[in-house]
Amino acid sequence: MKKLLVPALLSALIVGCSTTPVPEDSAPVESRSGATTGVTPVVAGGLDANGLPRELTDPKSKLSQRSIYFDLDKYDVKPEYQDLVAAHAKYLNANRGFKVLLQGNTDERGSREYNLSLGQKRAEAVKRSLNLLGVRDDQIESVSLGEEKPKNPGHDDSAWAENRRADILYRAADGRGEF
Amino acid sequence: MPRLSRRIFLALALCTASLAQAQLSIEITGAGANRIPVAIADFQGENVAARVVAATVRSDLERSGLFRLIDTTGAALDENSPINHADWKSRGADALAAGSVRRSPDGRLEARFRLYDAQQAVSLGGAAYVTGNEQLRAAGHRIADYIYEKLTGERGVFSTRIAYVVKSRNQYLLQIADADGQGAATALTSTEPIISPVWSPDGSKLAYVSFEKKKPVIYVHSIASGQRHIVANFKGSNSAPAWSPDGRRLAIVLSKDGNSQIYSVSADGSGLQRITQSAGIDTEPRFSADGGSIYFTSDRGGSPQIYQVGASGGEARRVTFEGSYNVSPRPSPDGKSLAYISRRDGRFQLAAMDLASRQVQVLTDSHKDESPSFAPNSRMILIATEVGGRGVLSAVSSDGRIKQRLTVAGGDVREPAWGPFAK
Repeated sequence: MKKLLVPALLSALIVGCSTTPVPEDSAPVESRSGATTGVTPVVAGGLDANGLPRELTDPKSKLSQRSIYFDLDKYDVKPEYQDLVAAHAKYLNANRGFKVLLQGNTDERGSREYNLSLGQKRAEAVKRSLNLLGVRDDQIESVSLGEEKPKNPGHDDSAWAENRRADILYRAADGRGEF
Repeated sequence: MPRLSRRIFLALALCTASLAQAQLSIEITGAGANRIPVAIADFQGENVAARVVAATVRSDLERSGLFRLIDTTGAALDENSPINHADWKSRGADALAAGSVRRSPDGRLEARFRLYDAQQAVSLGGAAYVTGNEQLRAAGHRIADYIYEKLTGERGVFSTRIAYVVKSRNQYLLQIADADGQGAATALTSTEPIISPVWSPDGSKLAYVSFEKKKPVIYVHSIASGQRHIVANFKGSNSAPAWSPDGRRLAIVLSKDGNSQIYSVSADGSGLQRITQSAGIDTEPRFSADGGSIYFTSDRGGSPQIYQVGASGGEARRVTFEGSYNVSPRPSPDGKSLAYISRRDGRFQLAAMDLASRQVQVLTDSHKDESPSFAPNSRMILIATEVGGRGVLSAVSSDGRIKQRLTVAGGDVREPAWGPFAK
């Protein structure tokens, strides 16, 4: 019963909010238990619309910054994103039941298949940065959307810069979240 | 419609799907230097059917850019008529075809024709095809293929099919059409992207990448039955399928161990083998015509370039050197050339390399060419490109002279794949 209810609730929640794609299937590759710590995290201050702690989405919190931008043809995480990555690493280390989905994206130019691989490299680069700061492999899945899901549908330099990006999506220990 | 029920509806549509019939239209923007003058006399017999067959033959030959049609007004000829070769020679025709479409006693239609060399005043043979009203155009394509082969020495591709993806509003349609863009049918409809369709060598199946599970997964889809199965759904991305020439295996790209690497797998998804080992990106595998090696794109040298490796792995050899972005290698079916996409001054253009001399020729002057695909006779290359901000398909002759543009009203067309010779 509970299992059926969650996707239905999620779908109900995202009506009228078409900009954030929320997958209806759970990612098939990782267990959802999150019970390895034996501790259920209790969150003060309530939850956001996706059932996540407000500090993950509150614009005043560093953790609300979820996008890392890349240069053309590149997949190295630039130094200016160190603080952002460190903030997420700190949160994930303190909340071992939480998981992140890293989605790599590219601009529309060039080969779709090469861009799919390039997006994967960008997601992997963020994953490696988190790993180096102590985040465990089982907390991270990295995927690529290549050039297929542009955030900015334009065809100019600023649109392309916005689309060369890796996004961090969160899921809480209870399975609620952004993916 | 509420979002949830719309999702369910679309999920159902995914399974069966023969919805929109977006029609491709063709525009020719170039022609060969020395076009063969050929006369196609009006076909005799069943009036409407005869007109459809003759019109199909004429438009096929003209569209190829290799023929010039000679006016046949006033000629009432069929495959048995005596031919005044001197007259046709004086009208400027090198060749003449005459035929008929007649109803046989069992009610079916028979298209018959004969081809003549007007210069030598000899018959070049003929054929008869039993057909029905729905297959009249197919009969026309087969007659055009016969004429094309007799006059150029190469097999024609008028009876082949193409596959491509149309993005229309928020839907992705995997469509299959005749090589002239007619008779489009939708094999798969999805709300998530579909990319990289490739034909099995026997033309009965397509392999492709679908994002319907919210990530790239490789499917093999039987066209006639609509049955499909997953070939690869590992952790991470599963993409870039390419059939081996014998149709038994697929080269694929998996990112299950971090970065994209090339593997091979049986068409049923069993027997996974790793082909490349690098710390960078390896993707876009394509088997050479003889099946002995695989061309692929890799950034192992610092920028994306094309490499070649043995079909079961080993040392890779770099193939492209000019420029900082050469991707999407497609060896020609005759094994003589390699088409790929090259970035020059920020423009992405179709290039072809002669594999014997390593000479490279840029074949287009466009700015956003993608996904080249050779016709099975190696004479034309189909690409996706962009005109006026819209995705269109373009067929370019392998010498760059002849160009045809295929557009779909109200949609972006991309990811073309030219199918094999018809059986």
